[in-house]
Amino acid sequence: MIDSIIDITLMTFLVITALAIIRLHSLLAVVMLFGIFSLLSAGVFVVLDAVDVAFTEAAVGAGISTVLMLTTLALTYKHKEEKTEKTPIHAGLLPLIVVLITGSLLIYGTSDIPAFGDPKAPSQTHVGPYYLEKSMPETGVPNVVTAVLASYRGFDTLGEVTVIFTAGVAVMLLIGRRRKTKPENSESGDDNHDA
Amino acid sequence: MQFIIDHYNYWLVIILMMAGFYTVISRSNLIKKIAGLSIFQVSVFMLYISIGHVKDGAAPIIESDVTVYSNPLPHVLILTAIVVGVATTALGLALVVRIKEAYGTIEEDDIHKQDQSL
Repeated sequence: MIDSIIDITLMTFLVITALAIIRLHSLLAVVMLFGIFSLLSAGVFVVLDAVDVAFTEAAVGAGISTVLMLTTLALTYKHKEEKTEKTPIHAGLLPLIVVLITGSLLIYGTSDIPAFGDPKAPSQTHVGPYYLEKSMPETGVPNVVTAVLASYRGFDTLGEVTVIFTAGVAVMLLIGRRRKTKPENSESGDDNHDA
Repeated sequence: MQFIIDHYNYWLVIILMMAGFYTVISRSNLIKKIAGLSIFQVSVFMLYISIGHVKDGAAPIIESDVTVYSNPLPHVLILTAIVVGVATTALGLALVVRIKEAYGTIEEDDIHKQDQSL
């Protein structure tokens, strides 16, 4: 019961933060609110028993993402320039209609999903119990998430490293070396590829 | 009433998802678009974690006196997805910096005006 109350409270905060991000025009405020959003979602992950996901989200989502966005703000706007977005010319009703239709279709789709927290749902009865029973005798790691990530599915993690390496190379190729044609952008900005 | 208790978490996640989606398609500033994209991403993560949640379950760390655990598989998937998500966000932001160099603005309307593409 207390879990549900905390869950609903955190989710309400998340919705408020997301609406504030939509409404605010100051980009610095948007970036800061995004950091708060990530941290709150880390709280939701703790309530939903995903502790490993929670601290990854708090470190990587709330930490590195926010720093990357702040770096981009510093690189794209001049020092004293007001960092605000312009009102879009054609932001009529169309985006709102598209979003409402998509959202109601998705909510209609959830009526077939098994109940939240149902221990007999199909997702809980197939592969998951195997890892919960066998990971301790087979790998000796008490944390099942770590056991699956590093032992059973080590190749996936290797693939993940490849993805991050590719993204890092792409970021370096895009903005790693500064061009001399624009003198106002000539400060070194290759601190963006640390993810 | 039982139906609401069974599904409220999915509904809240979908509301968050749509807030991110709306930011992506309605705002013209590229940094704000990327913030919206990240919100969308985080809400998809939450949907997966909600599916793996078991009522009264514990975090999937084996203890001798605990019998009910949450499903560890969505946690593994999302752990990978968070890190890959940050890599794509970094790439998107690098593109924003590059667009600023090429066009002198990061407002989509101004870019269209310069390209005469709208």
